[in-house]
Amino acid sequence: MKSLDDLRKLRDKAKRTLDMTDLVGGIRIQVGMGTCGIAAGARPVLQKFIDEVAAHNLHNVIITQVGCMGECAFEPIVEIVEQDGTKTTYCKVSQRLAEEIVEEHLINGNRLDAYMLSTIKR
Amino acid sequence: MLSRMHILICGGKECLSSHSKELRDEFNRVLNELNLLDEVRLVMAGCFGLCNQGPIVVMTPGETFYSHVTVEDIREICEEHVVKGNIVSRLLIKDPIDKKKIKNYSQLKFYDRQRRIALRNCGQINPADINEYIARDGYLALGKVLSSMTPASVVAEMKKSGLRGRGGAGFSTGQKWEFATRSVDDVKYVICNADEGDPGAFMDRSVLEGDPHSVLEAMAICGYAIGSHQGYIYVRAEYPIAVERLNNAIKQARELHLLGNNIFSSGFGFEIELRLGAGAFVCGEETALMASIEGNRGMPRLKPPFPAVKGLWGHPTNVNNVETFANVPAIFLKGADWFKAIGTEKSSGTKVFALGGKIANTGLVEIPMGTTLREVIFDIGGGIPNRRKFKAVQTGGPSGGCITEKALDTPIDFDSLVAMGSMMGSGGMIVMDEDNCMVDVARFYLDFTVDESCGKCTPCREGTRRMLDILNKICAGNGTLEDLDLLESIANMVKDSSLCALGQTAPNPVLSTLTHFRDEYIAHVVDKVCPAGVCPNLTNYTITDKCIGCTKCALNCPVSAISGTVKQKHVIDLTKCIRCGACKKACPVNAITSKPLPKEENR
Repeated sequence: MKSLDDLRKLRDKAKRTLDMTDLVGGIRIQVGMGTCGIAAGARPVLQKFIDEVAAHNLHNVIITQVGCMGECAFEPIVEIVEQDGTKTTYCKVSQRLAEEIVEEHLINGNRLDAYMLSTIKR
Repeated sequence: MLSRMHILICGGKECLSSHSKELRDEFNRVLNELNLLDEVRLVMAGCFGLCNQGPIVVMTPGETFYSHVTVEDIREICEEHVVKGNIVSRLLIKDPIDKKKIKNYSQLKFYDRQRRIALRNCGQINPADINEYIARDGYLALGKVLSSMTPASVVAEMKKSGLRGRGGAGFSTGQKWEFATRSVDDVKYVICNADEGDPGAFMDRSVLEGDPHSVLEAMAICGYAIGSHQGYIYVRAEYPIAVERLNNAIKQARELHLLGNNIFSSGFGFEIELRLGAGAFVCGEETALMASIEGNRGMPRLKPPFPAVKGLWGHPTNVNNVETFANVPAIFLKGADWFKAIGTEKSSGTKVFALGGKIANTGLVEIPMGTTLREVIFDIGGGIPNRRKFKAVQTGGPSGGCITEKALDTPIDFDSLVAMGSMMGSGGMIVMDEDNCMVDVARFYLDFTVDESCGKCTPCREGTRRMLDILNKICAGNGTLEDLDLLESIANMVKDSSLCALGQTAPNPVLSTLTHFRDEYIAHVVDKVCPAGVCPNLTNYTITDKCIGCTKCALNCPVSAISGTVKQKHVIDLTKCIRCGACKKACPVNAITSKPLPKEENR
């Protein structure tokens, strides 16, 4: 990095990628992969998302790992971030649920209220 | 095209049933009529958690919440709020933090009361990709510091921010940097203390795993301020994911020349290396940590000389905790005044706590200093599960003490916790309910410190061992009242005469439980009973009249010691009972208690 301006340029470019500005109908799947998430089974869930997204030929979806969101009791947590910034947080995501999220939320656009953090029953 | 305003309509289930779809159609119609559809964007958003106030409409920017919005209100919202910018006050929510109304949505409050500075990127960006960190203004603080500030002004800014060390003792970070600056030497070191060892604390791990670059950036800033070109991160090998992501982060930062020689063409160079610790608790103590980096046995030494004068390999060294570093880039991006405005007067900023134990929402919370324990435990943490009663909260791990219900409304900061006989520690917060025996809790922590004592000084090595012996004796039912006095005097002696903070703070769990729960100790030594039903030798389970005869206890008893008929009070045969506590856990009405036996039956 030669100067602050170089960094600013890189920042603006990286921000476009992070905000999915150039991706039509972009959706970002964030899988919580801290130690807590991995211990709760986030690895196979992440793999499942990769497989499902590939199987359905979805080109507008970015899958990424992130750190712990703080709600360790509800791991594995998966956040679906849409282009407009809407975030849906699913908790205790299993491989089966991953499949359902891809089919219902990503393809059909219906959020699965029953698995969302805000509606989970204790 | 960018919209100047977003209208978020709650698309949650409850609000849909209160006709939020019709609202959207009406908004569309009216906005179209006013020719505003290009400027304003309608979004069907997720549930806002205020369902009995629904349908909810939120206008951003400004975050104006309108409740009970009807189709008839929409024209007014569009004409007044959207066109003229006047808030339609009759539709505003009157009391959004009314506990009664949103208590079922504590999940939303989990984030509501928090303020994320150290954890700002955790769970938001991919820790393995430096570009995502840069996209969220990463390394901009370092760039700003290197291109427009002198080392002295960096230290001054740190001092002004009032940031205090998040590792436990709460020493002013700016002052620490200043001491290291004053020491004259060609070689100086910056160390990040990531040897997080308290049972139940995982704040540092989360930062390293979720946002490793924030620590690297802060270390480089610190290096520039104190005149150091080499940093070490001392992280325990038990954190393999953190180690992997840190190594990857260092590699990526080097590739982009954000570490290495001549960063931002400023002439300043900085390198960072990892040093793995084998997981000894004492290595969290800075002098022991440095001994361990040097390749020696991790043992503390006397201070002074402080590390800022004579540290790693005899050179001036600045040691800061992970969370302290994680705050630094944010301070330089937004300014010391911004940081100072958060928190309390003497403890600025936020603190991350790892909530654990008997609490509904186990996890990490970051709250502004000055939040009360009650808010943390009951509002953010969701309270105690299984309808048990709150008993105490242990902060600061094996170095801290218990805080009782009386002190729950005290605002948390470094000084108030010390005043309560506990300490901030690194931020572990273990919640205990009526099923926890406080003598057993003290024994647990002491067992930990006995294991972790390095053995260099006698008070810690021998004193903690003798204290543990006494606690074991009490838990086994052989304790006497004299033992309590002896325990207290040894505890004070260890506290006063140990070499390092490990020994000096090891008696805290004992002393604080002795102060706040002396009646439990007395129950153990005089009545020979453990009121919580934890210590097996002192537990005599009885079923009280609260019993509803559900038979769950009898079904769960592994030795069939419980008899009774359905819908009638059950009875425990204490000669068969093995004190496993399965019945107590199974009881839905909390009818099983541990009570003293009549004298002659004492075991």
